[in-house]
Amino acid sequence: MKLGKIFSRGLVLDNPIFVQVLGMCPTLAVTNTAINGLAMGVATTAVLFGSNLVVSAIRRVVPTKIRIPVYIVVIATFVTMVGMLMNAYTPDLYQALGIFIPLIVVNCIILGRAESFASKNGVVQSITDGLGMGIGFTLALVVLGIVREIIGFGSVFGSNLFPEAFAPMSIMTMPPGAFLALGILMAIFNKAVYPKSKS
Amino acid sequence: MSISSIFIILISAIFVNNFVLSRFLGICPFLGVSKQVETAMGMGMAVTFVMTMASIITYVAQRFILELLGIEYMQTIVFILVIASLVQLVEMVIQKTSYSLYQSLGVYLPLITTNCAVLGLTILNIQYGYNLIEVIFHSIGAAIGFSLAIVLFAAIRERVVLADIPLVFKGFPIALITASLMSLAFMGFMGLV
Repeated sequence: MKLGKIFSRGLVLDNPIFVQVLGMCPTLAVTNTAINGLAMGVATTAVLFGSNLVVSAIRRVVPTKIRIPVYIVVIATFVTMVGMLMNAYTPDLYQALGIFIPLIVVNCIILGRAESFASKNGVVQSITDGLGMGIGFTLALVVLGIVREIIGFGSVFGSNLFPEAFAPMSIMTMPPGAFLALGILMAIFNKAVYPKSKS
Repeated sequence: MSISSIFIILISAIFVNNFVLSRFLGICPFLGVSKQVETAMGMGMAVTFVMTMASIITYVAQRFILELLGIEYMQTIVFILVIASLVQLVEMVIQKTSYSLYQSLGVYLPLITTNCAVLGLTILNIQYGYNLIEVIFHSIGAAIGFSLAIVLFAAIRERVVLADIPLVFKGFPIALITASLMSLAFMGFMGLV
């Protein structure tokens, strides 16, 4: 398969969130603002890139029976590294994302790509796949974050959009708003990408 | 430490800070294994078991290995390994001792390794600085809260399947909107403790 095709698949047609419905916990939990969504997306992309690289590099050495524990250790190592880097350079974001940074380990997208792609393909393809999936994940998170931030805080990336008279619906920044916004976005995505399945 | 503080930990983990509906931990099994009430109950039981065991073991590992050696930064790696091997062990023990239980839980056990509610719970236990008894009750509360949410959700979804909804909303979108309404209802417990 061509590299361009591998890369672009993760963006729309195989989008980790809207199509594969993987990695829901960080998606719903950290997207109360666009910047948090972006930070989580970038952190996940970095881990996905690293784990796909290592998993595909060692794929011929690892015995099939113990591959899952090996993958998990590889992923956990990268997550620890990303967590330390964020703690050092962006302490505010590290605080805001809190427990969801160590929880990148159990994000199903990462183990899913390691198992279904990186363990069967070469290093270059795997890196491309990791980047494509990671950017698709980031895009979805940022879109969800922007929607929730506009309605919930009346701002985008922290800058106010509306005059002071605007009364933000803070329910959108709380748990029910996360489920609702993602449900509606997913329906819109279905309509846009598969226009044939009209109701 | 008193009985009342344990009671507060329990109630707050079940209702106020429900793991699924207000903390967003364990959403994958919540959406994936909630099409029927029976399977949801099986998942709830398996998770309860693993959560309580994992909390105790990771607590001991944190206090007596990581903190003793001063390598707290290894927390994520150590905890996920503990959970993964624990799940494997539980699976083997149940298979040998009670085959009927294995039959009903078997399929869900491997899934629990990547259930973020378990890893999340173990990390939260350490963050809150609980002692062992509080850890045990917090885990039981979290597990009951998870089971409650997933069983209620499955009961609603069994009915939603029969409803006439627009095609684009079929499947996950309507499930997420249902979850949103449930989460709204659980927000009513806010301020209880």
